[in-house]
Amino acid sequence: MAAVPDSAPVGRSSPLTVERWSPGEDVIEVTRTPPPGAARETWRTFRETLRGLKTTFGRMIEAPTTIQYPEEKTPVYPRFRGRHKLHRFDDSDPTHPSLEKCVGCSLCAAACPADCIRVVAAENTPENRVSAGERYAAVYEINMSRCIFCGYCEVACPFDAITMGHDYELSDYDRADLIFTKEMLLAEPLERTPLRNEGE
Amino acid sequence: MTTLALVGFYEAWWVQILKAIVIFAVGLQLVPLVLLAERKLLGRFQARYGPNRVGPYGALQPLADIVKLLTKEQFRPTTSVGVLFAVAPIISILTAVAAFSIIPFGNVQHIFGERVGLYGVDVSIGPLYLFAFGAIAFYGIMLGGWSSGSKYSFLGAMRGAAQLISYEVSQGLALVGVIITAQTLSLTGIVDAQKGMWYFIPQLAGFLIFLTASFAETNRAPFDLTEADAELVGGYNTEYGGGRFASYYFAEYLNVLVVSGIVTTVFLGGWLLPFGIHPPGWVDPFVVLFKMTLITFLFIWVRATLPRLRYDQLMSFGWKVLLPLATLNALVTAVVVVVTH
Repeated sequence: MAAVPDSAPVGRSSPLTVERWSPGEDVIEVTRTPPPGAARETWRTFRETLRGLKTTFGRMIEAPTTIQYPEEKTPVYPRFRGRHKLHRFDDSDPTHPSLEKCVGCSLCAAACPADCIRVVAAENTPENRVSAGERYAAVYEINMSRCIFCGYCEVACPFDAITMGHDYELSDYDRADLIFTKEMLLAEPLERTPLRNEGE
Repeated sequence: MTTLALVGFYEAWWVQILKAIVIFAVGLQLVPLVLLAERKLLGRFQARYGPNRVGPYGALQPLADIVKLLTKEQFRPTTSVGVLFAVAPIISILTAVAAFSIIPFGNVQHIFGERVGLYGVDVSIGPLYLFAFGAIAFYGIMLGGWSSGSKYSFLGAMRGAAQLISYEVSQGLALVGVIITAQTLSLTGIVDAQKGMWYFIPQLAGFLIFLTASFAETNRAPFDLTEADAELVGGYNTEYGGGRFASYYFAEYLNVLVVSGIVTTVFLGGWLLPFGIHPPGWVDPFVVLFKMTLITFLFIWVRATLPRLRYDQLMSFGWKVLLPLATLNALVTAVVVVVTH
């Protein structure tokens, strides 16, 4: 085979010379040696693997951070807005012993953006004196399945009769069971939520 | 007739049957323990508890898992090939159990006036036997993936095949160094040759290569590409459920145990204790089990640490890093052995 000069014209072949195939633009570069710094990279990868193992081992020695929920509970902050509470005056109060604070003014129902409070007021009579004011709440219901726990009712109340408690375990099997009546809201709530200590 | 392999010596037939039952029972009981250890340890590595509801400290969790899996319906896709679909997990489990039988738990003991080797069989071709069954085990994955008639299973199986073939070479070559040094293929012979110094010191490179290749061979993280859930749903066992899935699962964990046993035997001195301590014979199995526990812990530790490799990284690591290193290790060992002897 005759040697072909590099400058052999492509496409025009003379009978004496064999045209050399030109790969054109489609040249694939084949690397036959490891890329530069490959050994260093391998060593670095190995070292980093060991560092990773050290990190995970450190996590294993530490105690788990899991809170075993039904048995252990995350403490809540004092201003946490949970289930509502209705209040009475203290038994020791000289003017209104153990009377309800709520006077049935419906300001909480008016403030409620979720429209979940229903108040029906009735007149206090000397025989049946329930609250400290002229009227009292004959019906006081909060639909907990609608409540968004915004705390506006608490703000709206002129007598601090309703406040937000700390209880957040409000699941039930039936929607009807989530409508809390006045008796339920007045009852001393089960303190099943741990309170966060100062600085915690 | 040509002799293909020799076994150490022949025990009485009843000793062999008894031995087989004991080793199978021990192996069978170790798998749920490894399962539980893995889940508990993975939890600890991730700063959580792991299973702790079933039984004290979650100890009955594997039992609950097994009952749940075995009571499930045996279904198969309409596109699957029935016979192979059923046979594939059996191949996997069979080869894993067969490989388990050559792990020596101790030297020859005198029990009931008989000489009893504390191993299933002591074949004169130890590592070859292991690799032979390792090669058959890969049919379990391959057939399972193919006969499922699902693209995810098929892709998982293809990946598995490529991976197993790639890493089997390095795994085998990593053992060559040890075999050259010990001058024997019998696993008990290799352990005996480690009196004085365990092979993981002179064969450190071989030890690391073998360990790495073993992670790939057992389809464990970071080489668990066959079951990369993000891209393959579940890999070769996507279409499996119930008892057949349990078989695959069982085989995977038994393979981890087998590899731990082989590493213990070949590199960590088997039943030997350091500093020339010679305990009575009945301690040997516990020494082996303890060393196996360490290696199994390493398996779990690595799984908790390293992310899964990309497919091309897996291939280039296997062929461009591990294989040259393993070859170099075997070569250097051979030269050193020839020069010093």
